[in-house]
Amino acid sequence: MIHKMANQRIIPVGPYHPLQEEPELFKLYCEGETVKDIKWETGYNHRGIEKLSESKTFEQVFFLVERICGICSTSHPFAYANCMEEIAQVEPPNRAKYIRSIVGELERLHSHYLWLGLAGHFLGYNTVWMWAWKYREPILDLFEIISGNRNSYAMFKIGGVRRDVTGDQIALARKTMRDLKKKNDLLTKAVTDDPVIHARTKGVGTLTKADVMDYAAVGPTARASGWAIDVRRDDPYAAYDMVDWKVITADDGDVFAKTQVRLLENYESIKIIEQCLDGLEKEPEGDIELKVKEIPEGIGTGRAEAPRGEVFHFVKTDGSNSPVRHKIRAPSYVNIATFKKACVGQTISDATISLAAVDPCYCCTERMAFAYDWHSGDKIYDGNQLVERSRKETERLKNTL
Amino acid sequence: MKKQTFLENMREQLPQGVIQTGQIRDNRFVIDIEPAALLTIAGYLYHTLKYRFIIASAFHTKKGFEIMYHFSDDAAGNIINLHVILPQDQPEIESLTHMLSGANWIEREMREILGITFRNHPEPEKLISDGNWAEGVYPYRKNFK
Repeated sequence: MIHKMANQRIIPVGPYHPLQEEPELFKLYCEGETVKDIKWETGYNHRGIEKLSESKTFEQVFFLVERICGICSTSHPFAYANCMEEIAQVEPPNRAKYIRSIVGELERLHSHYLWLGLAGHFLGYNTVWMWAWKYREPILDLFEIISGNRNSYAMFKIGGVRRDVTGDQIALARKTMRDLKKKNDLLTKAVTDDPVIHARTKGVGTLTKADVMDYAAVGPTARASGWAIDVRRDDPYAAYDMVDWKVITADDGDVFAKTQVRLLENYESIKIIEQCLDGLEKEPEGDIELKVKEIPEGIGTGRAEAPRGEVFHFVKTDGSNSPVRHKIRAPSYVNIATFKKACVGQTISDATISLAAVDPCYCCTERMAFAYDWHSGDKIYDGNQLVERSRKETERLKNTL
Repeated sequence: MKKQTFLENMREQLPQGVIQTGQIRDNRFVIDIEPAALLTIAGYLYHTLKYRFIIASAFHTKKGFEIMYHFSDDAAGNIINLHVILPQDQPEIESLTHMLSGANWIEREMREILGITFRNHPEPEKLISDGNWAEGVYPYRKNFK
């Protein structure tokens, strides 16, 4: 609960995030520089997608759920496809499974690079930002060649995928992966060897294993706190049980551990993609879908490991051609709630990166930052000034090291 | 065979309040329970068996307000759905949030979209509907003839 002390101030970050440019509102309850409590408000951009889904046919729902998130746009169709295939009791052909995994892992790669760039930007490390986003570009180019789009690929359908990946596309994907491995080496070394990044992220925003279990957190947020959960391994789907890879974990639970997990996961994604490309070459071209005529009455639960963690879809059908109920749980829905643990007791400058460390996706769950005086209501800081504080802290550390 | 044993074990070990157990797919299970037994059974899955709480899905049917509490047994790759049916006239159930902080938001969301009351919720403020729609309007409720 929030205890309003005489010297406590409320600092709202939102309702439009200054850097991530998405709608959310965090209220930081501060005493001096220290965050004492945090509250989150959502619903500013509630789009009613679950309700909309009930008015779409099963095939149209793919395009709807693909638009839940602009970054991990394929993870929702992925989980939805798994869910519908569970109800229809069908299994897509191997070629479709490989293509699904390739799309899923390419998405993880570009999403992790996007986060790394943003994290660098938050800390005032604009070189990391520029590098990470530059290396992300070839992945998006590859997506464009494979699917026709840099994002929102529309690759999935019940029983398979919409487009095949063949010949030149495979060769280009191999080359992109070879190049990316070198870039990832460079970025990993640059980030993990930098003493200032160590100072800004080690011991900051720490979540223990008990915390993440209590908040039911998933993905790199859980894995960085030593909880080795990954749906790709635990409840395998697509081609994940046909290739060799490992779940990356770290024990410290701080921002540094989360960065480390994401950087190392990039290598695993590259490994998975390369093996899936090998698999594609062994499977007959064009065998990418299974015709599914009817969806029977029943319930289905489908999940997929998105870059931010497990995406979960629950669908109830009644034998018609639309869902009766479609429940969607994006990973940020459970990850964002961990802020309460990660930010309390920290300084305002560290709160910015702690809030960013779970890679929150507001489109999946759900504004401008101003700091007001708790009593007088006078504006103290705006969004840019808050980010400026975070950068100054990095500068200060640079000068002391 | 292994899965059948899993269900038999569950039936033996689960505390009182289980109406029936069923298997919908290879690694998907549904356990119908009495609403009054939710805290003990969910507590058993979460504390004793160390299952992970995924989320809860609520929907309105002719039978009443139904909630599926989805738990994940990550070691075996199973999803266990705890299913409760609440009466049309008084949809009320105990909150899980005291035991499991991960249930905080979803219970508030279910209250706002369907009008289900979660008793003893520690933070009963609005999550998504504040200023978005009028008091007492539940968009996910259905009209049955």
